[in-house]
Amino acid sequence: MNDFIASIDRPEIVAGIMILALNAYALMGGADFGGGVWDLLASGPRRERQRELISGTIAPIWEANHVWLIVVVVMLFTAFPAAYGVLSVVLHVPLSLMLVGIVLRGSAFVFRSYGSRTREDRRRWGLAFAIASTITPLLLGDIVGALSSGGVADAARRVGRGAFVEVFVSPWLAPFPLAVGALALALFSFLAAVYLTVAAQDDEVREDFRRRALASAVAVFVTAGIALLLARGEASRVGIGLTAGRLAVAVQVATGVAAVVAIGALWRRRYPLARLAAGAQVSFILWGWALAQYPYLIPPTLAIRDAAAPAATLELLLWALAGGAVILIPALVYLFRTFNAPVRRAL
Amino acid sequence: MSDLLAARSQMAMSLAFHIVFAEIGIAMPVMMVLAEWRWRRTGDAVYLQLAKRWAKGTAMLFAVGAVSGTVLSFELGLLWPRFMELAGPVIGMPFSLEGFAFFTEAIFLGLYLYGWERISPRAHMVAGVIVAVSGAASAVFVVMVNAWMNTPTGITVLGGRIVAVDPIAGMLNPSSFQQALHMLIAAYAATGLAVAGIHALVILRGATAPLHRHALAIALCVGAPAALLQPLSGDLSARSIAKLQPVKLAALEGQFDTERGAPLRIGGWPDTDARVTRYAIEIPRALSLLAFHDPGAEVRGLSSFPRDEWPPVPIVHLGFQVMVGLGTAMALASAWVVISVLRRRVIAEHRPLLTALAIVAPFGFIATEAGWIVTEVGRQPWVVQGVLRTATAVTPMPGLVVPFVVFTLLYLALAAIVVSMMASLVRETT
Repeated sequence: MNDFIASIDRPEIVAGIMILALNAYALMGGADFGGGVWDLLASGPRRERQRELISGTIAPIWEANHVWLIVVVVMLFTAFPAAYGVLSVVLHVPLSLMLVGIVLRGSAFVFRSYGSRTREDRRRWGLAFAIASTITPLLLGDIVGALSSGGVADAARRVGRGAFVEVFVSPWLAPFPLAVGALALALFSFLAAVYLTVAAQDDEVREDFRRRALASAVAVFVTAGIALLLARGEASRVGIGLTAGRLAVAVQVATGVAAVVAIGALWRRRYPLARLAAGAQVSFILWGWALAQYPYLIPPTLAIRDAAAPAATLELLLWALAGGAVILIPALVYLFRTFNAPVRRAL
Repeated sequence: MSDLLAARSQMAMSLAFHIVFAEIGIAMPVMMVLAEWRWRRTGDAVYLQLAKRWAKGTAMLFAVGAVSGTVLSFELGLLWPRFMELAGPVIGMPFSLEGFAFFTEAIFLGLYLYGWERISPRAHMVAGVIVAVSGAASAVFVVMVNAWMNTPTGITVLGGRIVAVDPIAGMLNPSSFQQALHMLIAAYAATGLAVAGIHALVILRGATAPLHRHALAIALCVGAPAALLQPLSGDLSARSIAKLQPVKLAALEGQFDTERGAPLRIGGWPDTDARVTRYAIEIPRALSLLAFHDPGAEVRGLSSFPRDEWPPVPIVHLGFQVMVGLGTAMALASAWVVISVLRRRVIAEHRPLLTALAIVAPFGFIATEAGWIVTEVGRQPWVVQGVLRTATAVTPMPGLVVPFVVFTLLYLALAAIVVSMMASLVRETT
């Protein structure tokens, strides 16, 4: 523990803030993708009411939520240009596919909201939105999985020498990365369903999402189990990190506690508590992964310190982040409070 | 198609697509807030209708701009990893600030679009103003990155590696001010005159709804002053290029030989083998006068640079002619607007002027594309002028023609959908 604290300097602080931004993206942007999944899976007599709740909830906030991803990318290439270079070379294919998903999700959503005149139009754009929302988290998780499996580092050494499939496909089209993709999809769907139980205005729709939340909690459990099992084989570094070390064990335990609390709260219909616990659960999983990788950005070869930009850049970036936070955090709080509150006055 | 050409084409296509939405995202919020302000001042419900209509258009175009901008932030690495490894620590600074500006824009756009009934009238107006200001700030920061690629400062390069960086010096490189100014004015001119032209066309076709007159007036308030100022900003840019990127100036003017009292060439086609620009109208000494404010000044020609440091001359020259020609037409149309206003003529009933406005409507966006060709192609073969060649920066991944085709098809489809949706949004009120 003391070694861990002693090892922290500017590069590690910047990396920590980057994980924090990724955490924010998972909790906010991730849940928006999850909303798209529930749009795709909307069913039963209240299918249209479910869809209305989803689109009404994410419409004012999804663009702000999306910016967290850009914050992560910009921090990555500013502070750790070497890591950004390796990732974008080796993971070109899944990153491009994820971008196609991001473009389709966002465009289809606004086309449905603003550009559709007929029911048929709305249905078509809604379908495009829902499918893109389902595929994008799979790819996002897959990319994280490929990174932590060590496959990226391995392929990076063979660029220019190895066969195309070996360098540009195998690192991410493998069981462990795909399992992490499935886990990300399950987590985002779980978050969205829990959030929607709080946002729902009528009890029937709220019950619909309670059942969905419980079902996706099971999906999280199953996909996380598969990913952990595979991790022991493929992603050996992360596999070791996740279960060794006192801090790692503490995070593991916290994840478990949060999961139990979330399910219990859903069961007893204590929705705000369930939302808090589900958010904590997702955050603990993310930090557990980050700690398992520590001190590597691209395990097992590129450490945070070795990938870092010159000190002048890191220092300025930290100042910019501090300044940005002073403006952004109140603005975000204002945004979320405005749209969580009931309508105040009629125009 | 070689991988390098595919990568360059994909980047060019992505930027060409994004820049239109970026410009609209900068200027539309200004018009939308002006319409709301007029409504709050006059109580005329037509202005409210207009503000909401424009807000709807802004929401749709902003979203496409946001996702295509996200694609660009990844493409920098997907296509040019060596560039980003080298430049990230310097250009990361303006990109970070742009990130924050964009974040602010997205938050307050959400509040503006969905907050009509949730926040106070004053807060709503302020949200709109913040959207407009942060949109402009985003543009300034992003253009600073491009300016750095043209005139890199704040780095010490030793053996192809950057050994020391000063990100602030990089941001404040000698091209930043001129380029950011030129881009910002372009956004207001292009968007303002495009919207004005669309409504002029609708009025010419017989529409009488007051919404079109109001829209025309507000759009001209934004577009016309910008179009009139743009030639001045262009002069600043040209003089800066003459000093800092003489090879680019030579290419965009089709100047092959170094000469004193160089003529300005209008039109024409540069023949790079014979090293002469044919068929151009030449105005004696005008290039020296414009570029250095001295009719006898010496202008360096392409021949004084190694052949492998020339950009593709015909494309750059043509792009420049198109940009200046269309910009001039926009400035003339705007001058006509100003004269008509001074003579107290009602623009909405001035058919010749309405016709002129309808004709120049697309000019701003075409001129913007041409201008980006000038600055980007004009910098070739460098990605960072004098520091890193484009061919060195490209990703080692083979088969780059595939992502180029995929993203081109995706963007073509999106463009077609957006155009048809915008058309029906305008038609709603005829």
